[in-house]
Amino acid sequence: MKNSRRRFLQIAGVSALGLGAKPVLNAFALGGGKGYHVASGEDALTAEQWAMVIDTRKLQTAEAVEPIIEACNKIHNIPTAIDNKNHEVKWIWEDHYHHVFPDKTNKFLDEAVEHKPFLLLCNHCENPPCCRVCPTKATFKRESDGIVLMDFHRCIGCRFCMAACPFGARSFNFRDPRPFIEANNKEFPTRMKGVVEKCNFCAERLAIGKMPACVEASNGAIAFGDLYDEHSVVRELLKENYTIRRKQTLGTEPSVYYIV
Amino acid sequence: MLELAVKGNKWYWGWMVVLLGVIGAGFGLYLMQLKFGLGITGMSRDVSWGFYIANFTYLVGVAAGGVMVVLPYYLHDYKAYGKITILGEFLAIASIVMCLLFILVDLGQPMRALNVLLYPTTNSVLFYDAVVLNGYLFLNLVIGWNVLEAERNGVHYQSWLKPLIYISIPWAVSIHTVTAYLYCGLPGRHFWLTAILAPRFLASAFAAGPALLILLCLFIRRFTNFDPGKAQIQALAKTVAYAISINVFFLLCEVFVGFYSNIPGHMDHLKYLFVGLHGHGALVPWMWASMIFMATGIVLTVTPATRKNETSLMIACIVIVLGTWIDKGLGMISGGFVPNPMHQVNEYAPTMPEIGITLGVYAIGALVLTVLYKMAVGVKEEIHD
Repeated sequence: MKNSRRRFLQIAGVSALGLGAKPVLNAFALGGGKGYHVASGEDALTAEQWAMVIDTRKLQTAEAVEPIIEACNKIHNIPTAIDNKNHEVKWIWEDHYHHVFPDKTNKFLDEAVEHKPFLLLCNHCENPPCCRVCPTKATFKRESDGIVLMDFHRCIGCRFCMAACPFGARSFNFRDPRPFIEANNKEFPTRMKGVVEKCNFCAERLAIGKMPACVEASNGAIAFGDLYDEHSVVRELLKENYTIRRKQTLGTEPSVYYIV
Repeated sequence: MLELAVKGNKWYWGWMVVLLGVIGAGFGLYLMQLKFGLGITGMSRDVSWGFYIANFTYLVGVAAGGVMVVLPYYLHDYKAYGKITILGEFLAIASIVMCLLFILVDLGQPMRALNVLLYPTTNSVLFYDAVVLNGYLFLNLVIGWNVLEAERNGVHYQSWLKPLIYISIPWAVSIHTVTAYLYCGLPGRHFWLTAILAPRFLASAFAAGPALLILLCLFIRRFTNFDPGKAQIQALAKTVAYAISINVFFLLCEVFVGFYSNIPGHMDHLKYLFVGLHGHGALVPWMWASMIFMATGIVLTVTPATRKNETSLMIACIVIVLGTWIDKGLGMISGGFVPNPMHQVNEYAPTMPEIGITLGVYAIGALVLTVLYKMAVGVKEEIHD
């Protein structure tokens, strides 16, 4: 009697393991193949790899960058009313040159450069370490246009991507963000506590033929276009101006360029 | 064999009640965290992993440390360890249980944890970590349980266990290697971006695990009728002596590379930990305490007289467990996040609820370990009667 009960439990245990392994095998069987198709609208803007050029010569003061940051905060439901610095959520923000380019800082620097604000956002790297480390593909590089996106419903909140990002571009919802959203935009989802988020290069606007909100609010200081189209506005600017990128020795190939 | 764990004196049950109390309190705090979010911890946008992941990392080491008794017994036929391999395997089980719980309490959306299996991502080290940790738990459960049962019945363990036992040896190394790879493959985190991280993790693991095992052996000898044995404890002590020395050597290698090359990215984290950076130095006293503990541990375990004296050996093991815990638990994880990628210093300290949840997880581990050890010691007492 005792033996048969034990035998039963052993078999039940092994069966449970087998059942648990089934979805894993299924998922492997699907492999990397695309089991889905995303329709794109007629007006959608497309590119091989979206890229951005920020002309910091046109953004000399805090007042100049403020409307740009605000435009993003508003349309993406960023919880700007969180006052605890630890729990801050930022998609695009400003900082000093020596924080933005810590490896390109001279002891004695052009004073104008030293004091003007620099905009920071996700670099939508061509080799994004955040996507490499994500254990659920909740963050992924969209093959169609190179934007690094987030699936807020799949993210388990392990924050591996935050450790992997060398640019500090990612924020975690340490608490429910909804009570702290000042301008509620019904056309963009709010997030829940426990997931990571970041700039999405306004994928939702590109899909309906609009430029990213920060680009639109920048009065021409920020250009946006296809890095691999030699006639794009971005490539024209890169041809005519000396630009720098953040920490490019790390090999992530950031897609945000700065004219200083 | 579980029946052996439900028989005990009032000290045994008193200890269990205390553990259950701590677990209950920790669980209550965890419910709070579930409701509010991870904002009740001290973690931040800059230091996005804290106490949970740090303790996870430390305990992976303790789990891997169990192999230091399994390997000599099964590969080198060092017979003396036959008596205590089960203690190493059961310590590994309790540690892995805690590791998995620490991962779970660290997740922002724990109810989605199974997404790791539903969307297996072979380029993520975390996927492999889940595989090797669960695999190691499974191996130790099957091996430990069956070998102990065979011992109780006075027969040789089943022959099909042999390959599993051999697999479990490199598997132990793999769990800590993969855990180190979580950190050392990240661009822009210079403190972790070093090929010596996995070896260093293993060295500290092979010091901390066996040191804890020695303490547990001394405890078992004092309070039960089973003596793990003087020779066994001495052999373990030699392992500890080598491993803790190698651990400190590896750390000094890091210091040399950072400071002789004079590359700021490599120096800044060490500066933050040991002398403070830009006026911030919350971990400085801890790190020096860790250094003093580990140095004391080296002196006490390398010197034959103090290694052979079990009182000084006990002190050595206590300081080694504490020293490696501070080194890996406090310094390694938050040290890697400070300064942040923008070279700003935002410090981290765990909050009270965070510490409470951590203690709750440790209490669950202690409960698992107590039950397993009660069984193991019960069997040993039976067969020696």
